[in-house]
Amino acid sequence: MGRYVIRRLLQMIPVFIGTTFLIFVMVHALGDPVNALFGDRAPDPAVAEKIREQYNLNDPLWLQYLKYMGKLFRWDFGTTFSGQSVTSLLATAFPTTLKLTAVAFTIEVIFGIGLGLLSGLRRGRVADNSVLILTLVVISIPTFVTGYVLQYLVGVKWGAAPATVGDQVTLDRLILPGVVLASVSLAYVARLTRTTVVENVRADYVRTAVAKGLPRRRVVVNHLLRNSLIPVVTFLGTDLGALMGGALVTERIFNIHGVGYYLYQGIVRQNSNTVVGFVTILVIIYLAANLLVDLLYAVLDPRIRYA
Amino acid sequence: MPDQEKYNAADPLAEAGTEELEMPSAVENRTFDLGTMEAQSLIKPERLQDHPEAPAADERVEARSLWQDAWRDLRRNPIFIISGLLIVFLIVMAVWPGLFASTDPLKCDLSKSQQGVSSGHPFGYDNQGCDVYARTVYGARASITVGVCATAGAALVGTVMGGLAGFFGGWFDSVVSRIADIFFGIPILLGGLVFLSVVPSQSIWIVVAFIVVLGWPQIARISRGSVITVKQQDYVTAAEALGAGSSRLMVRHILPNAVAPIIVVATIALGTYIALEATLSFLGVGLKPPTVSWGIDISSASDSFRNAPHMLLYPAGALSITVLAFIMLGDAVRDALDPKLR
Repeated sequence: MGRYVIRRLLQMIPVFIGTTFLIFVMVHALGDPVNALFGDRAPDPAVAEKIREQYNLNDPLWLQYLKYMGKLFRWDFGTTFSGQSVTSLLATAFPTTLKLTAVAFTIEVIFGIGLGLLSGLRRGRVADNSVLILTLVVISIPTFVTGYVLQYLVGVKWGAAPATVGDQVTLDRLILPGVVLASVSLAYVARLTRTTVVENVRADYVRTAVAKGLPRRRVVVNHLLRNSLIPVVTFLGTDLGALMGGALVTERIFNIHGVGYYLYQGIVRQNSNTVVGFVTILVIIYLAANLLVDLLYAVLDPRIRYA
Repeated sequence: MPDQEKYNAADPLAEAGTEELEMPSAVENRTFDLGTMEAQSLIKPERLQDHPEAPAADERVEARSLWQDAWRDLRRNPIFIISGLLIVFLIVMAVWPGLFASTDPLKCDLSKSQQGVSSGHPFGYDNQGCDVYARTVYGARASITVGVCATAGAALVGTVMGGLAGFFGGWFDSVVSRIADIFFGIPILLGGLVFLSVVPSQSIWIVVAFIVVLGWPQIARISRGSVITVKQQDYVTAAEALGAGSSRLMVRHILPNAVAPIIVVATIALGTYIALEATLSFLGVGLKPPTVSWGIDISSASDSFRNAPHMLLYPAGALSITVLAFIMLGDAVRDALDPKLR
């Protein structure tokens, strides 16, 4: 087990370096951040030079990258051009997005797996077909359309939930954005669960469990579901990263000041430290989620032993 | 062989009873989206093995290939017929929008801003006083062009890279797989925001290029798995034994048998790429006016959605129907190519 974890961690290193370097290059290709800082006015050459010196902008790109990474390992993400440290920005933004992601993830897991199980157990019946059609429709409508329509209907017309979140990030305000954020992934989870449940429902071990006289509930939960969940867990793990990245659109619609909001500001203002810092954290979360998924495999499927 | 086991491990029952499993890595096997999920089952090796069913001596069974079989199934599938007709209709609309709308989508009259339905303008007017119906019809071209070109590009690059990686294995495979991992590490919307704000040009082709760059690894992974599975079949060994060279093996024997999952992923990806283009345009980094696009229209309508919902709902509806049509087509093709369901 330990050896396996180490091997996986080693495999992650090139991916981590490649991804962050790619983002680093792209962000620095945005243009001269010092000029962007001064807006329409031409900066005083001496001041511009000082700022360039301070942010290592005169070094070649690879050296800038190395210096940046060196600081990163001491948990120093640098400062934005307005002098605020990126770490403090991260501390304000991440809890909000984490809450939103947690709400969306819970909705996704409960309803996705529930609908998929229902649909898979009643293959070919009305319930199955309606779940299939419903999920297809949800997948085809882009998130930003779902967002605006639900915000209008639920938040404005019916007044059932607050239409925007703003600064008070409370659970009841996050439910509507959570549903919007979860919708597409929820549909994927439901379809994936359905496929694996349909595949496994005729498996020998299910027949054995039924023949042993186990109650239906136990057969479904302990035998069928546990085996069917393996691919679903894989999807959920990779989706965790996608949810945080995808929060960009949802956060914009519902005015949530989370990661997506600050990232968007960073890109528009060409604030390279903000963008690289946020993206690096997102990549780390994504890779960690992948590792977690691999380890969960062993819990779900006892046939898999990590040497 | 370890690669083979990795793909088997995606199926929890494929290797029941074997004591040692090569560790399946979620990073290798993960299912990213509908397309990959749908195609995964097509890669399983049992699909590709020859199972000659000996017909009774006096019974003459006409031999049909997988493709003939699939086509026969498809023709009877109502989902295929509906989505096929829809797609033909959308393509006609994209190529000759003048057939459906006589109004110019760029001829706008500010005095009619946000007005509702009137005679000859069934969808009303948008913020700028442009005819929403004409803009919805003309918007098909941008979306379909981006979808089709991006899919063609990603499928070509992905099939070649993934196929070669699967065929040759070794260091080339490792390099391609790691590069694919790197591109997967970048959240696609984030990459789009950064990458597309770097490029000052506003043409459709920049968006297509971006989608190809971030989209090919998905198809490469599927085609790699598919090629690895096919490579181990007896008919490939036989051809090799008869002296067929690498290129002949690849083109004549492996490609035709490995292409089915790629087609399925590509069809479904086409739908998702269209949605992606709209999302990027919505965020302000995709297509830019004066290009007529559903994403741009939805984005500009979203500010005054509460006063004039029709401005948003018609382009959004057209967009959703287009995406739905391609996903349904991919679904139907998958069902036809998957013999498990027969």
